Amino acid sequence: MAATGNGRTSDQVSFALNDAPTRMNRRQRFEAAQRRRSIIIASLSTACVVAAVVLLVPLAPGWEKVRVSFFNGEILIKTFPGLLKAFLMDIAIFAWCAPVIAVWALVIALCRDARAPSLFPLRLFAIGYIDLFRGVPTILVIYLIGFGVPGLGLPRPWNSPYIWGSLAIILSYSAYVAEVYRTGIESIHESQRSAAKSLGLSQSDIMRFVVLPQAIRRVIPAAMNNLISLQKDVALLSFVGPVEILRQAGVDKSLLANFTPYIGASIIFLAVTIPATWAADKMLARQKQQRS
Amino acid sequence: MSRSSISLQALAVAATLATLVLPSYADSTCAAGKTLKEGAISIGTGEPAYFPWVIDNKPESGKGFEAAVAMEVATRLGFATDKVTWVRTTFDQAIQPGAKDFDFNIQQYSITPERAKMIDFSDAYYKPAQAVVVRKAAVEAGAKPTMESLKALKWGGADGTTAPELIKTLVGPKEPALLYNDLADSVAALKAGQIDAIMQDLPTALYTSAVDLEDGVVLGQFDHSGDASDGLGMVFEKGNALRGCVNDALKAMQADGKLQAIEAEWLQQATGAPLIK
Repeated sequence: MAATGNGRTSDQVSFALNDAPTRMNRRQRFEAAQRRRSIIIASLSTACVVAAVVLLVPLAPGWEKVRVSFFNGEILIKTFPGLLKAFLMDIAIFAWCAPVIAVWALVIALCRDARAPSLFPLRLFAIGYIDLFRGVPTILVIYLIGFGVPGLGLPRPWNSPYIWGSLAIILSYSAYVAEVYRTGIESIHESQRSAAKSLGLSQSDIMRFVVLPQAIRRVIPAAMNNLISLQKDVALLSFVGPVEILRQAGVDKSLLANFTPYIGASIIFLAVTIPATWAADKMLARQKQQRS
Repeated sequence: MSRSSISLQALAVAATLATLVLPSYADSTCAAGKTLKEGAISIGTGEPAYFPWVIDNKPESGKGFEAAVAMEVATRLGFATDKVTWVRTTFDQAIQPGAKDFDFNIQQYSITPERAKMIDFSDAYYKPAQAVVVRKAAVEAGAKPTMESLKALKWGGADGTTAPELIKTLVGPKEPALLYNDLADSVAALKAGQIDAIMQDLPTALYTSAVDLEDGVVLGQFDHSGDASDGLGMVFEKGNALRGCVNDALKAMQADGKLQAIEAEWLQQATGAPLIK
């Protein structure tokens, strides 16, 4: 890297300081030393904590029992294929819920933002909807809709727990995602609306061509967080019948009197959520860079 | 001198007599020092505990099949009724590692070899038949106690029981079963028409069909042959020394007919439920 500085004039070198560590000024040298120091301290303290966990936890008197009932390799191998298969159900539920949530939440957000006085009832509906479904725990909504609505006497297949359970998740999650959309819509400066108005755009055109394209782009990383928690919360559908990964792990647990299947399920969830979280973080970072 | 030797002889005779005469009380010393609290015994059961296993969710009354069996075992181990404490646990609490707050746990635990690797079971105190509960509508729609008819039904069961496995092995339905957190939820699904049939042990099935459901029917019962379970047993923490004493007490209860008497008192004889062919 230092070689790239060769043959440049002093002016160019001053622009390429980062490329030439040998020519760092005092402050940069100090900062570099500080950085090295903190990396060393961080590595040491991490190593100490990991060593303490690895060495001390097995010394706990109950460790052997915990190991056998939570970290049982034999049972993990035995139950893992079944868990993976059950996870397909989670993916399927996620796949049909996520798009509906994205659309329905946008509808709610638009209602919430309705400005015309004649549309006030819509606005009222959106406020009530968001308050209601954000306030009630998702699991209660799933119970009430998943068992309650089919109890009205619908014939099969219209009383399926897949339909009503999914609907409950969609209703509940849309309330959260609608709020995410709303923050995006409100983050677009009022002057843009005024400018668009001065160009002769109608209210709906302003929303469609000026506000939403920017707002949605802004909230994508935040919406990713909701997507990640949705990935985990689809497991709640198991409460009304479908045998997905959480339920499968529960069945294995009670058959084998062992909690290891839950560890297996966690591993599968992590394998999906960690990459998704990283992607969301990366998007956020990129967006931050673009804005500043 | 001679007097003391006589008294020694008398003592020896008395001791021999005691061992000869009191073998039935040998149990009462067996449990000494093996319970959580010296001089008292702690028994775990579910919350709520269901009829007919425990009547009115009050196991301390000794009413209901399991409550009566547990109380009888406690008595034979030398614990008077007022020395028995009941604690409530879930299935998970009974199998989790670590200190337990019960000496043994009784809530219709099916004894299986897989489970026995992790927890200890007493000998079976009852071997229930498995039964199928449906609603009248299903019978009217043509459900019969035959394997062929059962396979076509939509099944449900409660997680934490052996029902999911039994449905798979005994019936093998065309559509996979839906599973629920507990009995109450599977009954709710039955009422909502989301499932046609649930698998339960016969005593519970009789109760479900008569009380939980307005139009419940016990469609039929399975004979024991295809059943993987070895009956119901009490659960102990792995390696609990009390287990031997409880097994002795159960054996004695079986031998002198007490166990059968309790069964006759609390468990309805279900002659009405046809055998599934």
